[in-house]
Amino acid sequence: MSTIAAMKGGFNDPAVDAAHGFRALLNAMAMPGAINDVTGAVPVAPLSVAAGVAILTLCDPETPVYLAPSHDTDAVRDWITFHTGAPFVGPSHAAFAIGTWEALMPLDQFPIGTPEYPDRSTTLIVEMDALAQTGATLRGPGIRETAQLNLPDAGAMADNAALFPLGVDFILTAGAQVAALPRSTKIGER
Amino acid sequence: MTQSGQYNFAYLDEQTKRMIRRALLKGLAIPGYQVPFASREMPMPYGWGTGGVQVTAACLVPEDCLKVIDQGADDTTNAVSIRKFFQRTAGVDVTEQTTASTVIQTRHRIPETPLREGQILVYQVPIPEPLRFIEPRETETRKMHALAEYGLMHVKLYEDIARHGAISTAYAYPVSVEGRYVMDPSPIPKFDNPKMEMAGIQLFGAGREQRIYALPPYTRVVSLDFEDYPFDPMRAEHPCDMCGAEDTYLDEVIIDDAGGRMFVCSDTDHCTARRAAGHRGRLAATEDAA
Repeated sequence: MSTIAAMKGGFNDPAVDAAHGFRALLNAMAMPGAINDVTGAVPVAPLSVAAGVAILTLCDPETPVYLAPSHDTDAVRDWITFHTGAPFVGPSHAAFAIGTWEALMPLDQFPIGTPEYPDRSTTLIVEMDALAQTGATLRGPGIRETAQLNLPDAGAMADNAALFPLGVDFILTAGAQVAALPRSTKIGER
Repeated sequence: MTQSGQYNFAYLDEQTKRMIRRALLKGLAIPGYQVPFASREMPMPYGWGTGGVQVTAACLVPEDCLKVIDQGADDTTNAVSIRKFFQRTAGVDVTEQTTASTVIQTRHRIPETPLREGQILVYQVPIPEPLRFIEPRETETRKMHALAEYGLMHVKLYEDIARHGAISTAYAYPVSVEGRYVMDPSPIPKFDNPKMEMAGIQLFGAGREQRIYALPPYTRVVSLDFEDYPFDPMRAEHPCDMCGAEDTYLDEVIIDDAGGRMFVCSDTDHCTARRAAGHRGRLAATEDAA
């Protein structure tokens, strides 16, 4: 059984580790394209450290979580359940969705909010191999002129941005690094 | 020891902080949109910055250096008590210097010194809904935001002109964020509105009204106006009587029974720093000699 593994890897000092985790997420969401280092969580595979920090910082019994096929294992379920108590749901009811980009598709299965409540949308925690400030050019709130980030699918993310103020938001994780792409960011070739 | 021994770090329990943190991330993703949140009772009355305090509590890390201002001043009751609150419950360093701070909680002013990247400015907001005094029904204002139907706000500004010959709104002057949401900048003087396009992160907390909203750095923030009545960030036509500054927001202070008055910078840190650098205003010499 994996119960012992599920109990390990949480925050040592929950209040302070979560505060640091959140500051990194806040900076990432406020400055799309910026890559922040995080630490404190040692989740079970295939979750990255950064995804683990994001889950421990943001998820609790009030946030339904969807695990994409890439991450839907008993070990991951046990770990999230033990540390956060978040319920598992399908994509259409998820506050947070976790997985690789391919596993999370199609994007239109997630809530994008309503015109009255655009905040009632899913935040996707997208596991990536690496984050780098190359590739797609980003513009918009939080970016002085332009920024660059290696997006998994610039086209689909640009389509999502076109829905603004509706749409989903992305937290991009790789190893112990985190970046974010809110729906407000415009994505273009130059 | 990161806690006072009696309180969880930064006072709030972890589940409350997670709820506020999720609202803050949504607010940053949808600049200018008011995210509902389950505001908690705080050990201070509504109107004393309960929203700002909750946002600050959710953002603080132990390494932060906190500055708190009330109308620009670091030494007023509200600022002193909130600063003391976080010293006790979060153990953070505090400062009165804008440049030394990492998080600034403010009531109704933006510091004169421009913020740098990485700094966070937390506003205390009494009424977050810019349309509230025009349309009291939440169901209606929510629909107006959904449809970006802001004609009524321009009517209000137009009525200002019709009645007074100019847009007389002097504080809480409505702004348009990235051309989408009309937002209440909290009751800052409209002199401060142009500063809202800044390098720092701006977070707004309204405790009684249970709303959080946010502006990422470099977000386009435009004060509403008309082509023939452009926005005018009004300022008293005086230099500061203490430091001589001619580009700051001034408080008018009555100093005797004969109608005597002086104008001083509302930003106490800015004024103090300028005087320390040798700048002198009209009344500074007598004050220093006394």
